[in-house]
Amino acid sequence: MRTVAVVGASLAGLSAARSLRKQGYDGRLVVVGDELHRPYDRPPLSKEFLAGTLGEAELALESDDEDLAAEWLLGTRAVGLDHRGRTVRLADGREVRADGFVLATGAAARTLPGSEGLAGVHTLRTLDDARALRDELARGGRLVVIGGGFIGAEVASTAYALGLEVTVVEAAPTPLAGPLGEAMGAVVSGLHADHGVRLVCGVGVKGLSGESRVDAVLLEDGRSLPADIVVVGVGARPNVEWLEGSGIALDNGVKCGADGRTSLAGVVAVGDCANWYDPRAGHHRRVEHWTGARERPDAAIATLLAQGAVEPGVPRPPYFWSDQYGVKIQFAGHAAAADSVTVEAGSADGRDVLAVYRRAGDPVAVLGMNQPRLFTRWRKQLAATS
Amino acid sequence: MIPACRLADLPRGEAHRLDIDPPVSVFHTDDGELFAIDDTCTHQDASLADGWLEGCEVECPLHASKFDLRTGAVDAPPAKLPVRTHEVVVEDGMIYVQLSTAAPNLPPCISARLAGGPA
Repeated sequence: MRTVAVVGASLAGLSAARSLRKQGYDGRLVVVGDELHRPYDRPPLSKEFLAGTLGEAELALESDDEDLAAEWLLGTRAVGLDHRGRTVRLADGREVRADGFVLATGAAARTLPGSEGLAGVHTLRTLDDARALRDELARGGRLVVIGGGFIGAEVASTAYALGLEVTVVEAAPTPLAGPLGEAMGAVVSGLHADHGVRLVCGVGVKGLSGESRVDAVLLEDGRSLPADIVVVGVGARPNVEWLEGSGIALDNGVKCGADGRTSLAGVVAVGDCANWYDPRAGHHRRVEHWTGARERPDAAIATLLAQGAVEPGVPRPPYFWSDQYGVKIQFAGHAAAADSVTVEAGSADGRDVLAVYRRAGDPVAVLGMNQPRLFTRWRKQLAATS
Repeated sequence: MIPACRLADLPRGEAHRLDIDPPVSVFHTDDGELFAIDDTCTHQDASLADGWLEGCEVECPLHASKFDLRTGAVDAPPAKLPVRTHEVVVEDGMIYVQLSTAAPNLPPCISARLAGGPA
């Protein structure tokens, strides 16, 4: 293999470039990114960066002395993959010919239909998004967060600390019930009320009101929530439109095997755009976690370099963390697989819970709130037993 | 040298944190080796003694950067700087740590606190 093109320059793309060099690939390496920025870390965008306690320089994912001997094509989006011609087409008209391709184009924040062009309405995915939102939050006022998931909850927590009046609206009866289950979703989202942040659940958003700038969020039940700033945190969709017509199998992202291989030879996919087969679950599962973007490229690059001749290992249970209102929330495994949840240490009311999810008596997931030591022990055990 | 704990009280696979400033931890690997490194991850305020010890590496309990206990080197982000390593001596069943004289790489939040700024 003489040229590898990595399409995507965030954590998954950078990790893939690193894996290539670490695994001995010494050919030409081209990294394409649609943002102008060098790879940066996204988790702080809703936390320390938004709060103003962490600067842009500290978001850099590369070390000062790191040299991957890569050609960086930044600020240009990939618009097509021609597998037969072994070429990626870029929005600026350039083409990159390569023998191997790593697809790492990530995901984009979902928006609220009808909110386009209305000032004061934000999504949060990129550094540019975070800069814009940070500047608005600094002016204070009333913030309404649409969506009680992790991004929404972290923004609410940061804005609360900055002194804004915050309301979180969640369409489901319990926030975070998907990733954490009903019981623990209620415990973690209870952090909002603990701090006087209003949480409105079980009601959808009908639309936004305002002339050139948003002034309220209109709910399905007829209520209207006054707002100076609105953050829409309603999930993300994989950036794979550019692959339509390429012949690659798409299904909730790029459909991949348990080792990152796609339906096309010499093409692997990693990170939020990739829907990997999960051998534990017995079906495909697209994981949007930071740790997946960081760890899975090792396996995908081994697959790419060996041209599919390696046996995929069983990945560690998916892991993610969140910081809200000064509480470290950690979760590993799959809550949906569980038939019971037990509190093993701490308490739900004390917001220092260590909860273990089990199916037929076997642990399948673990949640910790400010319990890093115990959490790590359970996470290790989960990896060893499942 | 600073006394840490008795060797008999530190089973393999476990870590012992010394509450000095900045804190230092002694790790007893599954292979029976002893290592001491700075306890605080260089990325954020997390105790590596609470982390995932595997072979000669410990993974930060929060964000998955792995530190090599032998060299202090970090393998991947979010941490970018190594931790200091310290010499470990065992005498009469007691573990002692000889602290490094190098400057520690503390995360920004801790450095700010030590400098008297906001945490």
